[in-house]
Amino acid sequence: MTLSMTAVRKSYTTAEGVIEILNGIDLDVGASESVALTGESGSGKSTLLHLAGGLDHADGGSVIMQGQDLAKFGERERADYRRTQVGLVFQQFNLIPSLNVAANISFHAKLAGRYDAAWELDLTERLGLAPYLSRFPEQLSGGQQQRVAIARTLAARPPLILADEPTGNLDEATGDAVLELMLSLAKNAGSALLLVTHSMRLAHRLDRKVILRGGRIVE
Amino acid sequence: MRFALAALLSHWRRKPLQLLTLVMGIALATALWSGVQAINAEARASYTRAASVLEQGALQQVVSKGGGGISIDTYGKLRRAGWNLSPVIEGTVRFGASWIKLVGIDPTTMPREGQVASITDGSDISSFFSAPGQLVVSAATARKLRNATDMRLKISENVPDDAAFVDISVADRLLDARGKINRLVVASEQRPGLDPIDQVAPETMLRENTDKPDVARLTDSFHLNLTAFGFLSFVVGLFIVYSATGLTFEQRRGTFRTLRSLGISLPALTTMLVVELAAFSLFSGIIGVILGYFIASALMPGVATTLKGLYGANVPGSLSIRPEWWVSGLAIALGGTAISSVRSLWRVWSLPILAAAQPRAWQRASAKTLAYQATAGGGLLLLSAVLAVTGSGIVIGFGVLGALLLGCALLLPGLLAISLASAERVSRTALTQWFWADTRLQLPGLSLALMALLLALSANIGVGTMVSSFRLTFLGWLDQRLAAELYVTAKDEDQATRLREWLPQHSTAVLPIWSVEGDVFGDQLQIFGVADDPTYRDHWPLIVADDNAWDEVASGKGALINEQMWRRGTAKPGQTIAMPGGWDATVVGIYSDYGNPKGQVIVGIDALVAHYPDVSKLRYGIRVPPESAPTLRQQLVSEFGLPETAIIDQISLKQQSRAVFEQTFAVTGALNVLTLAVAGFAMFSSLLTLSGIRLPQLAPVWAMGIRRRNLALYEVARTLALWLATFIAAIPVGLGLAWVLLAIVNVEAFGWRLPMTVFPLDWLWLGAVALVAAILSILVPVRRLATINPADLLRIFANER
Repeated sequence: MTLSMTAVRKSYTTAEGVIEILNGIDLDVGASESVALTGESGSGKSTLLHLAGGLDHADGGSVIMQGQDLAKFGERERADYRRTQVGLVFQQFNLIPSLNVAANISFHAKLAGRYDAAWELDLTERLGLAPYLSRFPEQLSGGQQQRVAIARTLAARPPLILADEPTGNLDEATGDAVLELMLSLAKNAGSALLLVTHSMRLAHRLDRKVILRGGRIVE
Repeated sequence: MRFALAALLSHWRRKPLQLLTLVMGIALATALWSGVQAINAEARASYTRAASVLEQGALQQVVSKGGGGISIDTYGKLRRAGWNLSPVIEGTVRFGASWIKLVGIDPTTMPREGQVASITDGSDISSFFSAPGQLVVSAATARKLRNATDMRLKISENVPDDAAFVDISVADRLLDARGKINRLVVASEQRPGLDPIDQVAPETMLRENTDKPDVARLTDSFHLNLTAFGFLSFVVGLFIVYSATGLTFEQRRGTFRTLRSLGISLPALTTMLVVELAAFSLFSGIIGVILGYFIASALMPGVATTLKGLYGANVPGSLSIRPEWWVSGLAIALGGTAISSVRSLWRVWSLPILAAAQPRAWQRASAKTLAYQATAGGGLLLLSAVLAVTGSGIVIGFGVLGALLLGCALLLPGLLAISLASAERVSRTALTQWFWADTRLQLPGLSLALMALLLALSANIGVGTMVSSFRLTFLGWLDQRLAAELYVTAKDEDQATRLREWLPQHSTAVLPIWSVEGDVFGDQLQIFGVADDPTYRDHWPLIVADDNAWDEVASGKGALINEQMWRRGTAKPGQTIAMPGGWDATVVGIYSDYGNPKGQVIVGIDALVAHYPDVSKLRYGIRVPPESAPTLRQQLVSEFGLPETAIIDQISLKQQSRAVFEQTFAVTGALNVLTLAVAGFAMFSSLLTLSGIRLPQLAPVWAMGIRRRNLALYEVARTLALWLATFIAAIPVGLGLAWVLLAIVNVEAFGWRLPMTVFPLDWLWLGAVALVAAILSILVPVRRLATINPADLLRIFANER
């Protein structure tokens, strides 16, 4: 099993009081498996992704990645984990504005020590990014930026890819094409994929779908 | 409208630090500028006050053409011709340990405009005339003179310190003037149809009253110097205001758009913003003027000492609060804020109603903007070079300085961008590549602070190099020039005669220090006589000299002129000078004369006495073996009853000269430090502001596995890299500035040119100070980043952001 979450709980304290976001989540994702995470707004999808990605701490339960318990990690280990074990794709792209497309794509792979020029070249061609390699993020459209963000994650070939609405900014046809490509490339790279989406249509295209409601998995 | 204004102002509640930056920027700019202006205004008011009281500056004066004074006969001749004139005998006299400028007047003939308020009615006049005499002085001078004279002291508020009015007959006696009148004050009302003065008494000439007293003209360059540094600090302060207003306007773009879409017209919105800025600038201006008062009060004693030491000008060491100063300070605050925010206001004015609400990357400068900026900088450098080669005059000198500094500041961001792009290209790892690229991304937001830092650092290096070069030359010159072991001043001519008889048996050489004032080439200047003694040949450095210059001087045919006269083109070697009294001398050499703002001529002592038999013969330099100097000093005290203050040894004189020198540049040094502090604050506020909009740029790097602590270290390294690059750039700019100061400004302002010497250790010291400032400026933003809650970073990735 690549990722194993057991009885995971997470709450936030706000001005209105304590809000329970996740309330006992059990979820396993196997190697090369793709899992769709759906649910209404505020159901805890992004929070679950952040916990799996080592960006945030769970209040209770365990998050085990390839046999290692994230709760036991200090900041240094969490940073190492994010650099080498996880790839994140955000809805807002979160590209590095100071680097051009080529440098953005290779950035994570180089940090993780898994840079492969041939693999990156193949990726950029398949994602249609070859003509834009010397451009900067601000010179690209939203769809192009999203493809760069996906390429960056796939180039690093992490064991686990966490994607938060990766096609949310794309039109349906482009979104479908990009998702298809993402699934196939993730499979090629041997990466597990946990993908947040509102779209049941997209969710059906993944190996498995999980629905979150009120901080619990209901299906 | 009220609600709209409240919505606009609500921004400041959420961003108190930004408000503080804006207020501090305006206040600092106003403080430094208005502080310097206050110093200048106080000094100028003091010159005018002194001139109007001591020199009857509002009235025309008759003076001797030859410089030897006006005889009683000439005065009588003019009176008989019907001219309404009043005689003045003046000079400096010692009372105990104090030297006082004595102005001897005749109150019965003195025109009303030239009267001292305290001696206008009958009883005052009778007391003024009665024996043993009355000195009309300020309260401070009265305190000094108590127990130092048997004359009565009368206090008058409008007499400057260290000066005294006295009856003309008393002045004649105390100054040993022997009836020689220094000048005749011409009443403004005269009988019509009088023969012109130069026809009645051809040996005299009429000196017109001028708007500015002599000392005010002499000190112009000093005050211009202060103004230039005040202006530099003002510009650095405005950089802070410019960047603060730019940022707050950018961050409120969304609010502007919303208000406009809700029906607030563009003129109404702009008016509200103008009112808001005016209110802030007035509030900050008040703080600035108060700060300026404290800065000026702190600097004023130093300025007063400098003016006294350098120009002999008496300026009070304290500051009076003047209403016009408040008004001009607030006007400066308003004007400075207007200049700094006009671009931002124009952007609001031209903002389409449907413009994106998201703030653009703050002050993002495209390559095109950098290129325009660099072109303007290059143009200014060219202008600076053209002015340096073709122009003349002190204003042009400061023009060269201004164009050089501003040109280099404008070039800096472009040069840094090129350097950072080169570093990025040669980077081997992903992180170093990101580091350089990210540093380049921060450049537009930091460029104003870096430009301010460049200005402050180069001003420090430039002025420091100038002062250190000057110090080195001046101290060497002092060592050579002050060769006599003792300097003695006799109480009167009788004592001087006895000294001249006694001293040769008790010393190896006696060097008279005798001088007269006279008109040479239309200027009143000092003419000194020197003895034919090896001391001068061995110790007086001549910049330009004929082979037998000293022989020529000793023979009475040759004259030496000081560097000031030569540099100003008044005279040159080989030229014949028409000396006052109707004789000629040929210029045979030029000598350095640091610290003297006026021209000076040296002739042989025999020629001086022959042509000016009335020359005061009170002062002497005495050569003795150094170990014998203390004994001789004691002998002089016991034999002649000379007070300790009448004898000064070489070491003390050098110490005094050095103290005056150090004090002269203490004020510019203080202004330099203040400018550096303002630049440090500009850096701090820019970094703090940037740190607020850095999270979206740093969060993805953190998400990909770089720790917050490492990100913070990169931020420190980034700031230090930019600081180092700016510091390196400041060295050649500072040296250029020093060259302009030494080769152009000093020559124009003071009339002397000095060799430039570089002091790399001083740069290291300055670099260390600037490094501490840079580290302090980054401390708060970096600490904030290193300890940021991951939840804040996560917000960057939240969909609802």
